[in-house]
Amino acid sequence: MILILLILIPFLTGIISFTTKGDGAKSLGLLSSMLTLAVAAYVSGANFAAPITFTKPWIPILGTQFSLMADGMSSMLCLLTGIVSLVVMIMNVNKPVERAGAFYGFLLLSQAGLMGVFLASDALLFYVFWELALIPVYFLCSQWGGEKRIPVTFKFFIYTFVGSLMMLAGLIYLSLQTPGVTSYSWNDIVRAGTSLPADQQMWLFWLIFIAFAIKMPVFPFHTWQPDTYEQSPTPVTIILSALMVKMGLFAVLRWLIPVLPAGVAYWSETVVILSVVGIVYASCIAIVQTDIKRLIAYSSIAHMGLMCAAAFTNSAVGMHGIMVQMFNHGINITGMWVIVSMIEQRYGTRDMTKLGGMASAAPAMAIALVIISLANIALPLTNGFVGEFMLFNGIFRADTAGHILIMVVAGLGIILGAVYTLNMIQRTAYGDAGSAVVVKDLSVNEYLGLAIIISLILFLGVYPKPLLDLTAGVAGMMVR
Amino acid sequence: MKAIIATTVFGVIMMFAGLWVNDKKSIAGLATFLFAALLGVTIWDLTTTSVNSPKSLFNDMLRSEHYSLWFNTIMTGCSLLYVLLMGKEVQKVGKYVSEYFALIFFILCGLYLLSMYNNLLMMFIGIEILSIPQYILAGSDKRNLKSSEASLKYFLMGAFSTGILLMGITLLYGAARTFNITEMVTLMHSDALNPLALAGILFIMIAFSFKVSAAPMHMWTPDVYDGSPTVFTAFMATVVKSAAFFAFLRLFQVSFNSLSEHWVMVLAIITAATLLVGNVTAVFQQSVKRMLAYSSIAQAGFMLFAVLAVNAVAWQGIIIYAVAYSVATIGIFAVLVKLKDYTYDGFNGLAQREPLLAFVTTIFLFSLAGIPLTGGFMAKYYVLLAVVQQGQLMWLVIFALLMAAISVYYYFRVIIAMYFKAGTPEISSPVTGGDKFMLVVTCALVILLGVLPQLFLTKV
Repeated sequence: MILILLILIPFLTGIISFTTKGDGAKSLGLLSSMLTLAVAAYVSGANFAAPITFTKPWIPILGTQFSLMADGMSSMLCLLTGIVSLVVMIMNVNKPVERAGAFYGFLLLSQAGLMGVFLASDALLFYVFWELALIPVYFLCSQWGGEKRIPVTFKFFIYTFVGSLMMLAGLIYLSLQTPGVTSYSWNDIVRAGTSLPADQQMWLFWLIFIAFAIKMPVFPFHTWQPDTYEQSPTPVTIILSALMVKMGLFAVLRWLIPVLPAGVAYWSETVVILSVVGIVYASCIAIVQTDIKRLIAYSSIAHMGLMCAAAFTNSAVGMHGIMVQMFNHGINITGMWVIVSMIEQRYGTRDMTKLGGMASAAPAMAIALVIISLANIALPLTNGFVGEFMLFNGIFRADTAGHILIMVVAGLGIILGAVYTLNMIQRTAYGDAGSAVVVKDLSVNEYLGLAIIISLILFLGVYPKPLLDLTAGVAGMMVR
Repeated sequence: MKAIIATTVFGVIMMFAGLWVNDKKSIAGLATFLFAALLGVTIWDLTTTSVNSPKSLFNDMLRSEHYSLWFNTIMTGCSLLYVLLMGKEVQKVGKYVSEYFALIFFILCGLYLLSMYNNLLMMFIGIEILSIPQYILAGSDKRNLKSSEASLKYFLMGAFSTGILLMGITLLYGAARTFNITEMVTLMHSDALNPLALAGILFIMIAFSFKVSAAPMHMWTPDVYDGSPTVFTAFMATVVKSAAFFAFLRLFQVSFNSLSEHWVMVLAIITAATLLVGNVTAVFQQSVKRMLAYSSIAQAGFMLFAVLAVNAVAWQGIIIYAVAYSVATIGIFAVLVKLKDYTYDGFNGLAQREPLLAFVTTIFLFSLAGIPLTGGFMAKYYVLLAVVQQGQLMWLVIFALLMAAISVYYYFRVIIAMYFKAGTPEISSPVTGGDKFMLVVTCALVILLGVLPQLFLTKV
């Protein structure tokens, strides 16, 4: 029963938000995300023993039920969704938004969709939420985005829609293979998938993986991503990069690896190579970017590439690392976007060649930038280190041929990451204050939002045990 | 059975009403009342026929299967919805309002025959009763050249395809020595497969492809749908088309099921061509009305999936597709008739001027594009399920899904125009509270279809 609240609270407040006028939507959004976070925290606290489930009949003739399930991975991602949404709401408190009611309404609806994706334990329900999370984001980007928003968002939508439809075909096929009557429940889908002969699993793999690969995005399906991140308004960029790309990775872990083991085994080398190519490729492009938003967008492709590579190496520590890193990456990237939006708001530009001298003008902001950036390149004692260490460990222990080479190439990504991140810090925080703009330091709500992020970065960097405990059980089950 | 009599009587009543009543409004009111009554009669038919034992009528000329009656009821419901949404617009087409409604009643008579026929002759009569009133409706705006062109084109093409249909029926009779579609099954299989039968099946398939506007027999569709008065396009593209599909499915499912290995590939290629032509051409249209004409071809491609999958799910698929597609399309046309400019630019800024209209149109377009929680998703789901279950045509499924992604492009262009572009759309007739109420009801129906499709389905 508690799980349905995670979806219902943002959904209902989202609907109500459309009818509000003026600033009512802001407080409603803030209230709603606090409530959701409280519920999510309660679920992850209670979750250590056994998964919580919630099942109601939905469309019996199709064999689909409204069934939700929260295990360690789901509740961790729900918690992340709750935290990120709250930070978004806090950061937006003092920013004027046009048609605020609709804006917050769509934000909350996308949150409901995300929660649904993370909790669904019925394949058709999962598909429904997968699409529902996308539509509000489409409207958000197209209405409140940058100059080129309409074509860019359109591309993004069609890209992901193609993927989803392929996944639908795969899921229908799987549901028809279930023992007895057609069923979409996770257990039955897993039973159906694992019992299929290897050659069928091999083509089914691509049918389903393509949707997840586009969402993550894995090279070469990433072309929608930098443009969309750049054109979206910052709150939406945060939702996209901290949460929606996790949908892809989460889906791989829940709906692909356990379902089609033989297909995964056959294609894992291909996917790992693609991911590693993506890491190096994205990192190289990030180095030459002058727009901070694009730089972070490419760095995000590199980070997701590392997680995707680890997901297909079939090692327990790697899987565990993904869970930890999904959470940490979500926190860090949120921090990065928050800082970028503050820079953009104050200087009126995101072009690094025109920025500089932030450390003297706004010291608190510069410190926050440095801490978050260092976490982003996985410096020890920040949360990023724990995750990436485990990921590399996982890739190192993989039983595929050439895993050492893959690890070395992926490691290049870390070095390149340091190059572009430190370069960015240097060009924005230090050097001459190029413009004569008077820069205000942090306001109260920005202090609060950044404090949440930085304390999580440091706490989980020093003491990651709660996060590790939460996800240990699920990670163990993922290994073939 | 009772519905066939009722709709004929109602049609005659409407014709005479034109003599005695001169007030357009009261004629439309009478028509609405009669449509509601007709819906009552179809429900009566449905409830008085037992689910498992179909009644045979007129020496087995008709057979009232449960799913046929269910289809009748749902399509009559759609017609009622159509009249409620568009009744006012029908009055604006021309002078002879009562005749227009009478013709719609006759079309429904054809629809009932087509859903219940058990004999090729009844099928033929059904198709003719369905088609002839449409030729008249297409040309009802007689001062408009395009409308006359549409009517003539439709008539010529229709007559041509009827000829092909008759040829097919003749060849089949030669092979099976009966017109009865259930007896035909056993007779055709009693000896080695007769080449006459195969030729007959092919001819009938082509004739039906004309009627449901499947490529390459779709050429008439854009001109006819674009030229006809918009209110009647809405009816032709939805209820009438669904009826033709149901007849198509019925014949191929009941009689030619066991011969499917011989014709499935031909139909699969027709389906692929229909999807390709419909979707790709729709992308290049500048007028929303013409785009909807091509979209109806594209949707026909999906409905053909039900005919392709020779299994029980196909019945569910065609029924839910028919209702989901009809309701959403009627809804869009109801919005379209309110606008002066039918191009995409005509929709610019509609969200600011009429937020409710823009919202319901968005839901209807979502449904046509197949976004979850709308009827269109469930419809696409069902027809895909039918084909995936049948097992062999996975390539076609994937192709269709890619085409569905293309369809998002042209459906969402309307949404982009309404929400993200500035402009002042010209409204041709004021949007009253009643209109808004009916649009919201239609919109709720679309969502209900997507959330609880089982309410609209019956056991097969």
